[in-house]
Amino acid sequence: MSTIAPVIVPTQPTPPENGPATAVIRNWKTPIGLGVFTVLGAIMLVGFGRDGISTMVLSTTSDLIQLPAVDLPTRATGIVVSLLLLAIAAWSAWLVRGARKTPIWLIGLFAFLLLLGFLVWASAGASIPIPGLLFGSLSLAVPLIFGALGGVISERVGVVNVAIEGQLLAGAFTSALVASITGQPLLGLLAAMLAGVLVAFVLAAFSIKYFVDQVIVGVVLNVLVSGVTGFLFTQLLAPNAATLNQPPKFDRINIPLLSEIPILGPVVFRQTLIVYIMYFAVIAVYVGIFHTKWGLRLRAVGEHPQAADTVGINVAATRFWNVSLAGAIAGAGGAYFTLGSVGAFGKEMTAGAGFIALAAVIFGRWDPIRATLAALLFGFASNLQSVLSIIGSPVPSEFMLMLPYLVTIFAVAGLVGRSRGPAASGKPYIKS
Amino acid sequence: MKLELRGITKRFGALVANDNINLTVEAGEIHALLGENGAGKSTLMNVLYGLYRAEEGEILLDDSPAHFAGPGDAMKAGIGMVHQHFMLIPVFTVAENVMLGHEQTRLGGRLDLAAARVRVKEISDRFGFAVDPDALVEDLPVGVQQRVEIIKALSQDAKVLVFDEPTAVLTPQETDELMVIMRQLKAAGTSIVFITHKLREVREVADRITVIRLGKVVGEASPTATNEELASLMVGRAVDLTVDKAPATPGAPALVVTDLTVIDPRGQVLVNHVSFSVASGEILAIAGVQGNGQTELTEALMGLQPRVVGEITLDGKSLRGHSVRQVLDAGVGFVPEDRTEDGLVGGFTIAENLMLDRSHTLPFVKRFNLQLALLAEFATAKVKEFDVRSQGIDTPVGRLSGGNQQKVVLARELSRELRLFIAAQPTRGLDVGSIEFVHERIVATRDGGTPVIVISTELDEVAALADRIMVMYRGRIVGIVPGDTPRAVLGLMMAGEPAPTTTVPTPPAPIEGAAA
Repeated sequence: MSTIAPVIVPTQPTPPENGPATAVIRNWKTPIGLGVFTVLGAIMLVGFGRDGISTMVLSTTSDLIQLPAVDLPTRATGIVVSLLLLAIAAWSAWLVRGARKTPIWLIGLFAFLLLLGFLVWASAGASIPIPGLLFGSLSLAVPLIFGALGGVISERVGVVNVAIEGQLLAGAFTSALVASITGQPLLGLLAAMLAGVLVAFVLAAFSIKYFVDQVIVGVVLNVLVSGVTGFLFTQLLAPNAATLNQPPKFDRINIPLLSEIPILGPVVFRQTLIVYIMYFAVIAVYVGIFHTKWGLRLRAVGEHPQAADTVGINVAATRFWNVSLAGAIAGAGGAYFTLGSVGAFGKEMTAGAGFIALAAVIFGRWDPIRATLAALLFGFASNLQSVLSIIGSPVPSEFMLMLPYLVTIFAVAGLVGRSRGPAASGKPYIKS
Repeated sequence: MKLELRGITKRFGALVANDNINLTVEAGEIHALLGENGAGKSTLMNVLYGLYRAEEGEILLDDSPAHFAGPGDAMKAGIGMVHQHFMLIPVFTVAENVMLGHEQTRLGGRLDLAAARVRVKEISDRFGFAVDPDALVEDLPVGVQQRVEIIKALSQDAKVLVFDEPTAVLTPQETDELMVIMRQLKAAGTSIVFITHKLREVREVADRITVIRLGKVVGEASPTATNEELASLMVGRAVDLTVDKAPATPGAPALVVTDLTVIDPRGQVLVNHVSFSVASGEILAIAGVQGNGQTELTEALMGLQPRVVGEITLDGKSLRGHSVRQVLDAGVGFVPEDRTEDGLVGGFTIAENLMLDRSHTLPFVKRFNLQLALLAEFATAKVKEFDVRSQGIDTPVGRLSGGNQQKVVLARELSRELRLFIAAQPTRGLDVGSIEFVHERIVATRDGGTPVIVISTELDEVAALADRIMVMYRGRIVGIVPGDTPRAVLGLMMAGEPAPTTTVPTPPAPIEGAAA
């Protein structure tokens, strides 16, 4: 057995009246994980410590309230952070020794400190624009969040949605085309949602009506959408870029007062309509799934379709329409690529965002809010890479390109562990 | 409400599951539907509940024809069903399960959980159920889950309530309580259809009995009929409900289990400091309601459980911490409780299934090559010996009936030189004929001098086979009693009450120092 195997200490027999007896299982996974990261962090921050001053810029020039930039001595900060990391790892070990669990906020604090140490170390002798870093993170996370919301709905109702990638790409293409022709970004957004629904229709029809393996249909759909949009792009959009691939972008809307909150205001409240729609969608999906009749039935169908059937819920229809709804939401995420950030369609422009969104669904344990937070984390990792390559950090950019995916792997494998999804997700419901 | 089924015929392809069945249930009557597994009782009720569409026949409620396109229609018409496999969503609360399908909402479409809670409380109090509306269903014991099913049906004002094999998962005490509930419902004017294959329950509670065999109604009986009469009606021939077996001649203790504890990943103790021994030439039956640690105990013996503390020795050699392969090689034969899931590979042929546990060595594998001719010869002999009814040794086992599948499992496990034989729920879901056969083979194994452990939730089976009975409750041993212990005592023990002190025998003394 490896060192991280739980150690079992059975308790003495208890009287049967006390319900099922329990034993103490000491799980050393967390403190060992924290210890490893502490060592790695210390090697980087102290062993390869850099000298200089790292500057954290907290305000943009257009802000009403100007916060002063923070200057941190790089080497000293590294040492302090390393010591704090060590303290948290030790505390976690002490907790596990007493058969208690490491609280999640402690792990969060550890991650934050590690990140801070890394930022300070990487920016020795340079300055990091914090609002810009966060703004870019949110921008990169928007399609992930839309995709993850679609994934949550689809999986909660019992259909594994591997086709998020295809829905994003179809949305991106259609919105660019329609918005270019009509000159209306709003029409482009609607068209994107429709395109997402069309992709979802195919997924729903094959997986719900014909019981084809959902993962296979999803993968094939991704390839199909990629091929079709790629073909149309080279044949249609690229030669006529001026008329067909120059969509008007959504205007940025500053919310009065809220947008003047230091640091977060410019990030959250100086966004385009599509991002505000996203905020609304996250809340609506959360409330909908957990507090409405629609959500109760949706979850019932995804957990135990036969039980839902016996109380008169039409399983196939529930699945079909909710998978379609999921497609519409993911399609809207696709529109953000063309109408929100880039401003034109490019071949394969989603670049795997759909799969990262799928990871966010699992990392977020099929919960809309958690999945959104996971998507934000992945967005942050992606943007950190581009910001650091701009300020010229010593880390090779090839390594930094791997960062979002490394974060995804560690997050899904290490932090989530064995999580329980909807019981009937991926299983066709065949009525006899 | 009076319910009448007229000429119901339901086919699945070539199979006629229900053949022109007529059934009348008067208002306020408990009508038992008696038949073997696979006789077509559940199919009939699923037709009634709108889950299946019958090819022919009609359903009349209070003498007017009713048409159900789905369970929703049936519920609206006042038909409720307590399913054999509970139709509850484990991760939902009781209130959520009860409201599902006809949810009340408040302003803005938000679920009105408060109203559902009140409804659950009200019905629960009316029948003295004591069900917490906010408990998660997966945390409730099966007996309480069943009450949730009943509440679910009653919350829809069901006038006809169908109980599909309701006692299969209950302790004898819970079964008695269910009988009381059924009588209460009857007194309140609810008509009840009670589907079962357990004769005693039928005679105890039913007003009328209809017996179904092979999809046809074969007769009506009154609750005063004897067990033998009912059984022969059910099976179609005279049946012997007892097992012929000579008194055991136990030898030295072969399997000695000392202070065994099994823990699940969440830290729950599933088997709690269990010590017992089994002598060669005796059958130790482990009785208990499903889910009281029997499954985990057998899995621990087989090497299938990762967190095991304590000691297991077979003929003086330790088995704990060994792989399944090593346990099998030590001479342990094992019939798992779920044969389709753990005992057989459905898509494999009879012959392939017969060699599954010997796929790594001689005689069936020689230098990485299957010895197909030898296997065919072996399989043909075993099929004959164990009376496996099939079209040949190349038939996939998935196509065999439950009884024949179980015979394949037995043939495989008993064709090795055994030093211990463990059979978990060996006759679950089998017809009476197969049960007789399986029981005979188990007794024959004992008479050959092998120590045998039979795990069963059926008291009939325990009483028929056991030389000694060990009762488990919540992971620990309530007591080890002689094979002829009265049913009432066993029933109480299964609910956790220790046996009267006078009946506790001294088990064979463990071998000194065997655990060292």
